[in-house]
Amino acid sequence: MDKISITRLEEIKTEVAESRKKQKTCITICGGTGCHAYGCLEIAQAFKNAIKKQRLQNQVNVRTTGCHGFCERGPIVVIQPAGIFYQRVKLDDINEIISETIINKKVLDRLLYVDPRTGERIVEEKEVPFYKKQKRIIFGNNGFIDPTDVKDYIALDGYKALTKVLFNYTSEEVISEIKTSGLRGRGGAGFLTGIKWEICRQSLADVKYVICNADEGDPGAYMDRSLLEGNPHSVIEGMIIGAYAIGASEGYIYVRMEYPLAVKNITVALKQARNLGLLGEFILGSEFSFDINIFRGAGAFVSGEETSLMASIEGRRAFPRQRPPFPAQKGLWGKPTNINNVETWANVPLILNKGADWYSQIGTKKSKGTKIFSLVGKINNTGLVEVPMGITLREIVYDIGGGIKENKKFKAVQTGGPSGGCIPAEMLDLSIDFDTLTKVGSMMGSGGMIVMDEDTCMVDIARYFLEFTQEESCGKCVPCRIGTRQLVEILTRITQGKGEEGDVKKLLDLAKIIKEGSLCGLGQTAPNPVLTTIKHFRDEYEAHIIEKSCPALSCKDLIVYYIEPKKCVGCLLCLKSCPVSAIKGERKMVHVIDQDLCIKCGACLDVCPPKVGAVSKYTGKKRDRILKKASSIRDRK
Amino acid sequence: MENLSEFEANQKDLIHILHKIQAEYGYIPSQALSSISKHLKISESEIFGVLTFYKAFSLKPRGKHLVTICTGTACHVRGAPMILDELKRQLSIEPGETTEDDLFTLETVNCVGACALGPIVISDGDYHGQMNTREVNKLIKKIKKEIKE
Repeated sequence: MDKISITRLEEIKTEVAESRKKQKTCITICGGTGCHAYGCLEIAQAFKNAIKKQRLQNQVNVRTTGCHGFCERGPIVVIQPAGIFYQRVKLDDINEIISETIINKKVLDRLLYVDPRTGERIVEEKEVPFYKKQKRIIFGNNGFIDPTDVKDYIALDGYKALTKVLFNYTSEEVISEIKTSGLRGRGGAGFLTGIKWEICRQSLADVKYVICNADEGDPGAYMDRSLLEGNPHSVIEGMIIGAYAIGASEGYIYVRMEYPLAVKNITVALKQARNLGLLGEFILGSEFSFDINIFRGAGAFVSGEETSLMASIEGRRAFPRQRPPFPAQKGLWGKPTNINNVETWANVPLILNKGADWYSQIGTKKSKGTKIFSLVGKINNTGLVEVPMGITLREIVYDIGGGIKENKKFKAVQTGGPSGGCIPAEMLDLSIDFDTLTKVGSMMGSGGMIVMDEDTCMVDIARYFLEFTQEESCGKCVPCRIGTRQLVEILTRITQGKGEEGDVKKLLDLAKIIKEGSLCGLGQTAPNPVLTTIKHFRDEYEAHIIEKSCPALSCKDLIVYYIEPKKCVGCLLCLKSCPVSAIKGERKMVHVIDQDLCIKCGACLDVCPPKVGAVSKYTGKKRDRILKKASSIRDRK
Repeated sequence: MENLSEFEANQKDLIHILHKIQAEYGYIPSQALSSISKHLKISESEIFGVLTFYKAFSLKPRGKHLVTICTGTACHVRGAPMILDELKRQLSIEPGETTEDDLFTLETVNCVGACALGPIVISDGDYHGQMNTREVNKLIKKIKKEIKE
């Protein structure tokens, strides 16, 4: 076999390098889903039009890239090679960016990020505190790559690892390299990837499969989507290498249907890879043949579980099944199958390019490499962050995340989605890796990190997650199907102020049964949110059950909205905004909420000007007093 | 019904077929079941089982306008439940239902991954971030006004 395609790869790399020499400046516009929602596509088009109008297209390249991660500040525009970081860019800013920054090389101060702690304006992307403590080895290339152009990936050493593997490594050597790296599966459980591959390698069969699990169902986690959308070829390359190591001939990418942009970008990427001979028969002229199909999920959380996922690809209901036999022995259509998560696959080319020894230096003793988290909730800097394993929660929340919104008090962080648990403020110095998270009753999961402040009710959070798992339980195992329903009912009662003594014990007993009696990960971990909130926030449960109060002022049935007569200026704002006309009053007269009509939507609190601050929420005894007074006034009338 | 010849006569294509019909009609018409059954040589009850298992498929047509609210964890802690309550009140329907005049369908989604903008409401594909009860009120009024015009 000749190596025509390898030479072609090199040619592409040179071509791209040549063209970049002329186009010295590159305007990159973040094209992640967050920025899409902010309208980045119009901005990218406007940049292209403006560059054309100024006849700069030979010197300036305009590129819509993958997600930059700092979603809070979108739409994000970064001007390379200087790395000038403009945030919250609007259409009106474009002409000025071109005339000032591109032509006159002047930085526009008003578009820079201001460090809230120092008040300093920061010019370069890498100097922004959000990025400074990150280690973006997987995610970093997103900002340079147009995901719909394979050339961009090749220019950054893309498919170099594949070339190396196909012509210099045996399958066993690839597996050994992955084993030495210490890479563990990023989908949640953290099983050693190399071992998983080895078991599948050793299973004898005529056909084997590899699958990329991109059914990212954990609400609040979206790093897998950003990788698929932003750098699809890194995942494809990882899969081809894995297939070579295992001896698989066919692959599947199972993508959640809620991610249309990911489906689009991966479809384009697969087509381009096929055209270049990177997929299909005799890849790059080697003896190895392999191809990948896309499978669009159909909206079932349980299909993220590996045996359910395979059932779904087979065109059946996504029911999990008993293991063993493990998928590595008997998987898709009864054939040996290796399933890894998106982020795991994206780690593979990197390990083979830079070597297992380099990789294993990052992270802790038992958790190697980096992990991408989606840092969301009540945090200042919402976004995707890639950090080395072993970093502390404090560093993530305060240094990278910039602390809690509106300077409120940090209460807890929830990791691992519906299968995980809440980690309280006392554990801020916990080092984050697979094992420490499991030890405190949570788990890594796919990497969602939801930050909660004093306004978040922990009983409500437990109820929220259980409602989710109850809804998503496939119904096969009775303890999961009926048990989660019972948990939801008890938790709902508690949040409505109808909790009874002994409810906490009932929750604990049920949790134990569900954990022990369920077949798959969904049921086995479903009670975790309840268990960890009881463990760390038992006082909140007791306040709801005994005092019928919600300390976080979040549970509707346990609070009242009240207008302080001394503070109210009679501006009519709340009165006009009330959707049920529950507020009575006149201009310059104190307004009063009719507690019988109030639906507790919070509109009055939202509109009351902060400097007036007349609307407040109350729970417990103060609430009782307000209600009593209101009813006595009503009786008098 | 549907020309299914582009699909293999194998159960593995069932979900692809359902996706296609759902995209084309906005729901799975009941006649489709028998055509799929004939093409894939599997029973209609099996197909019914699969299509009702997954949230992507619906046996009922949707309204003219689709209003979706994200109830992912990040949106939840930022107040999505209050917005959902307001939407239910405004439209007088529960999530998953369509208004009597067939104008609105209200749905929830577990996360659209635009957590920085939460709470999010998506109306016919347009994202509306940082919503509150007042804003969502305005949004529905605006859509209703557009319908009248």
